[in-house]
Amino acid sequence: MMPDLGKYQDAVLSAYGGSLLLLIGMIALMIWRARSVKKQLEDVEKRST
Amino acid sequence: MSIWKYANPTQFMKTTGWMLPFVSIAAGVCIVTGLVWGFFFTPDDFRQGSTVKIIYLHVPSALMAINAWLMMLVASLIWLVRRHHVSALAAKAAAPVGLVMTLIALLTGAIWGEPMWGTYWAWDPRLTSFLILFLFYLGYIALWQAIETQDIAADLTSVLCLVGSVFALLSRYAVNFWNQGLHQGTSVPVATGGRTVADVFFVPLVISMIGFGLLFVALLLLGTRTEIRARRLKALLNREMARDQDRQQPSRAAQNEGTQ
Repeated sequence: MMPDLGKYQDAVLSAYGGSLLLLIGMIALMIWRARSVKKQLEDVEKRST
Repeated sequence: MSIWKYANPTQFMKTTGWMLPFVSIAAGVCIVTGLVWGFFFTPDDFRQGSTVKIIYLHVPSALMAINAWLMMLVASLIWLVRRHHVSALAAKAAAPVGLVMTLIALLTGAIWGEPMWGTYWAWDPRLTSFLILFLFYLGYIALWQAIETQDIAADLTSVLCLVGSVFALLSRYAVNFWNQGLHQGTSVPVATGGRTVADVFFVPLVISMIGFGLLFVALLLLGTRTEIRARRLKALLNREMARDQDRQQPSRAAQNEGTQ
């Protein structure tokens, strides 16, 4: 299944590995912050009503 | 129907609430399709070998790095002219996404450059303007964090965004302005339509570009919704604090009278 990347295997795999790590990390952080802010807002709104 | 109705946070939250899952799924499908197709099912280039597979990450991320800043420019101009808070918050939300896209473009470019050019980095016009764009993203995010009053932060970051736009445009057209350096011109010129990429590489590249574009939109919507909620949260907490202080003041005054 894995294509033969020849002598550039390290370069290609590190480009994909680094990029996907950055993308997944950014998405995870944004979702975590979105949930955290939403929860805090719900708590404060409940308290103030 | 006016576009400005989305400047109302309630209307924006309502509309983007149902849009977000669809855009997110479409982004995921396009990115996975483009990258899997590009990585597993495209041949090696006759000159660049398997490093050509880096194009499916490098070109879409570089495209979004520039376009994210241009979107921030439009949102900043709307803030400066019409004072719509949603536009300022949208620009704020776009910055971290643009930063990561710029970082991916720089990282994959360096990794691709080493086997092809013999160096990870050169002070080439396009590379240098991209590095400056990256620093502008950092400065923009730092400025938002450094200023407590949101409206002042929005004003100052909007001005910074106007200045940084020079480098966003420069990074796109640097190859045309200065006919020197290692980086090649664009392989997919939108204006002329004449491309130098074969179909076998071009189709997954376009799918990946669409995927990165949709991912940007999805993260922009998510980030803007979070910023709108964070703004409301801050306002409510400030109101609570003011109410607590009002309650404490009469009791303190009574205590002071008692001691006298």
